[in-house]
Amino acid sequence: MNWIPQIFRRHSIYNDLSEEIRLHIEERAEQLMREGMSAKEAEREARRAFGNRTLVEQRSREVWQWPTLESIASDVRLAVRQLRKSPGFTMAAVLTLTLAIGANAVVFGLLDGLVLRPLNVPQAESLYGTHYGDNPTWQSYPNYIDLRDRNRSFEDLAAFNMVLGVGFDTGKDPIAANGFAATGNYFDVLRIHPWLGRLFHASDEHGPNSAPYIVLTYAYWHTRFHDDRGVVGRTVEVDKHPFTIIGVTPPGFQGTIMFLAPDFFMPIVNEEEMGAPSLKTRGTEHALFESLGHLKPGVTPAQAVADVGAVNAYLEKAYPREIVHHDTALSREGLTSFGPAVRAFVAGLMVLSGLILLAACANLGSLFAARAADRSREVALRLALGSSRKRILRGLLTEALVISLAGGAAGLLVSFVLLRRMSVWQPIPGVPLHLPVTPDAMLYVVALGLALLSGFLFGIVPIRQILGANPYEIIKAGSSAGTGRRLTLRDVLLVAQIAICAVLVTSSLVAVRGLERSLHSKFGFDPRDTMTAGVDLATAGYSADKVPAMQRRMIEAMGTIPGVKAVGLVNGYPPLVYTAGNRADVYKEETRELKPRNAAAMPFRYEVSPGYFEAAGTNLLAGRSFTWQDDKGGPAVAVVNSDFAVRMFGSVTGAAGRNYRLQDGTLVQVVGVVEDGKYMSLTELQQPAMFLPFLQSPSSAAYLVVRSKRDPQQLAAAMRRKVRELDAGLPVDTQTWSQMLEVVLFPARVATMALGVLGLMGAMLSITGIFGMAAYSVSTRLRELGIRMALGAAQKEVLHTALGRPFKLLAIGSAAGLALGLLGTRVLAFIVYQATPRDPFVLAGVVVAMALLGLLATWIPAQRALSVNPLILLRED
Amino acid sequence: MTESNARDLFPGALEMMILESLRRQPAHGYALVQHIQQRSNNLLQVEEGSLYPALQRLLKAKLVKAEWGISSTNRRVRTYQITAAGLRHLEEQISSFERMFDGISLVLNPGRATTS
Repeated sequence: MNWIPQIFRRHSIYNDLSEEIRLHIEERAEQLMREGMSAKEAEREARRAFGNRTLVEQRSREVWQWPTLESIASDVRLAVRQLRKSPGFTMAAVLTLTLAIGANAVVFGLLDGLVLRPLNVPQAESLYGTHYGDNPTWQSYPNYIDLRDRNRSFEDLAAFNMVLGVGFDTGKDPIAANGFAATGNYFDVLRIHPWLGRLFHASDEHGPNSAPYIVLTYAYWHTRFHDDRGVVGRTVEVDKHPFTIIGVTPPGFQGTIMFLAPDFFMPIVNEEEMGAPSLKTRGTEHALFESLGHLKPGVTPAQAVADVGAVNAYLEKAYPREIVHHDTALSREGLTSFGPAVRAFVAGLMVLSGLILLAACANLGSLFAARAADRSREVALRLALGSSRKRILRGLLTEALVISLAGGAAGLLVSFVLLRRMSVWQPIPGVPLHLPVTPDAMLYVVALGLALLSGFLFGIVPIRQILGANPYEIIKAGSSAGTGRRLTLRDVLLVAQIAICAVLVTSSLVAVRGLERSLHSKFGFDPRDTMTAGVDLATAGYSADKVPAMQRRMIEAMGTIPGVKAVGLVNGYPPLVYTAGNRADVYKEETRELKPRNAAAMPFRYEVSPGYFEAAGTNLLAGRSFTWQDDKGGPAVAVVNSDFAVRMFGSVTGAAGRNYRLQDGTLVQVVGVVEDGKYMSLTELQQPAMFLPFLQSPSSAAYLVVRSKRDPQQLAAAMRRKVRELDAGLPVDTQTWSQMLEVVLFPARVATMALGVLGLMGAMLSITGIFGMAAYSVSTRLRELGIRMALGAAQKEVLHTALGRPFKLLAIGSAAGLALGLLGTRVLAFIVYQATPRDPFVLAGVVVAMALLGLLATWIPAQRALSVNPLILLRED
Repeated sequence: MTESNARDLFPGALEMMILESLRRQPAHGYALVQHIQQRSNNLLQVEEGSLYPALQRLLKAKLVKAEWGISSTNRRVRTYQITAAGLRHLEEQISSFERMFDGISLVLNPGRATTS
């Protein structure tokens, strides 16, 4: 390929030429001046004598150019013509590359969008979030204030919280929207300037509920307000509280969580009127999602960690009752505490998509090798007729190049479409998921680079074959030469490819099984046949003393719906919903000093109504559940799960009747024990939990849980009707419990989906690989098969001859892949809950799948082998 | 690849003259033009520019090589030098040219076999 270095050299050739011509004219002009001409005349005369300079330069360039362009064009034309002559090979090769490049480009897009690319804010490299405590959700507002004022590492520290699913009413229609409640200095810390109007600042905050301002994101302004510049100054209602829109953030700014795009921002001091606990409370009740800031110049993250740790140690001493000092960590802003999980997931995907690429390369390699063998006669003929080996190689490489480009472009197109769809994907209703995976230039570079690399690598596989070809021998022996019994490179490649594909199939089966198991694992409640209704009485203006009575009326009304077996109520969210959960320290009865260090356990805390356990399907193991007598007038009682019972009192049966203390010192008597369950996430270790009577700690925001075998839609309608009969102005949000589990199941689902898709791709690749091998094996030995049949061989024997080898290779490859895959699932178990390799279903599944793939892939070649007509065949040659 | 001076010279003639000049002595473009015009007693009016495409063709065919340097008159010049391949090519060309020229002369002037 002479033209490749020439492309790079050409530039300097042109420069030399221009310079040379300029000097030529200059020299002529000087000569003429010496002969007595004026400078002007001399220059004109020199130019005239030289002739048309532009034309000369162009002609001179063409010397280099034309043959180059022409030879590229002719090389490509020839390659395309050759490829069109073997559409099967071309299709298989391009499809293989499309799959591999598509998969790798999508994974790279994820890597780029989620891990490599920083948050879209100025100077993101020095922006850090502080993870204070066990996890970032455990920091109270007073704590943040102390941290902000006492640290010496951050230029300034801002904090924010999420306000999800609030009614955002512009006067016409309330629509659920999601926002961030941010400290006044949030935008200044992030160095974000308004696109329109103004943003709020620290100077806007004057105590609780003092800054009723809303800042819209550009995207929300664009979709909900249609770019109306008059929106600034307008009043809107957020959960019935008036706010004034003061500005719009610039396009591209989507808050400080990578995959959650808020619609608006409001000052955190106003979160209280939305029902959040008071900002004054220290301790774990009121939680900030995260605090963040730019490190001062010269301060390293390690120094900042030490500094924040010192502040926390001080706070623990100052407020021993509320604060226990945990480890401090800093993290790059954006992925928050999901960072490690997301990175592990993307890394896992990269390994698997890398395997896909390897398998594809192996596939391409064997395809190219088979093609070269097929064409050995043609090549020999050309060599014999005097063609240079260089010329033949150039043709082959151009073919590889054309295939790489076609496959790469197709793969890129596929990944482009997929990434686009992912970036607008809203898999969970009500959660503003946003994957920042818009394809960019880097993606094109990576995809085409990979395509060219793999194409070239495997375009050169057959080079040895061709360079070593002896035209005389090949032509003498005929095209069927070289089908010996020895192990060829092709065999090795095919085995490698099948092994890789078997790994992929194994891991996707393991993942599917894992998901299936986690869907049917013990939640500690039964989400089937359960409808929930979220009702927040505060939004309809109920005062605190009216709440319990109204909630009781609602529970009773639900009970009158025909077909309803049980009704209960739980304050806040039911377990396993929106990964939300309250935890509280509890103490042994005898503990006197109630500070976090002395806590006996930190169980999840739920406040539930009588009937809740029946409605949720939670089994009572000992004692009793709640009654309507467990109200403010009665003694403080609790139902605990068996983990709590064992931890605190040593046994399930011995727990009933025993006492323990809450943070505020209340002595609580255990009246019942229920089965263990999952509370926040599916992968959590067994946690303690306590259930308190809702009448003893009322809250306006609660979920009704209704158990019934009725059709969910009818049931939901009936429930909404009942609530409307009680209060027509009360908004109700009905969903099945299973629907609400979507959020906690989401990671497992995504992982399973990704692995499933990769497994499918692995399967497709192995089909093309085996098919290619089998078809090739049949076609090269067609004549031999014909002779065998003419001599009376039975169908079985013919098939054995033709396809025995591909099948043997398939078996070896599958076994190797299965073994590797099972080893690999240890890694998988970190991502997919309950993924275990020791599962007969998986083992059998892989064996059956690979055998089926083999049958599928060899079906057509087998048909061809059987339909051989010896007469026609033998006459041909 | 036709060129503007094809009316005046047959294809390859200019290249031949360039190679012959370079065989005597390496030279840069300007000097080559001077040389050719002087040696032909200004009978051949070579447009100065037409020299360059010819030089590029020779470069590409590796019959000459070029190098930047400083001339005796202290100018920055790109000096061309004939290569071994160039010498061989020149000899072949000259002998075939001479045979052709003799042939043409014989046809045009039967009886006289002299060249002018």
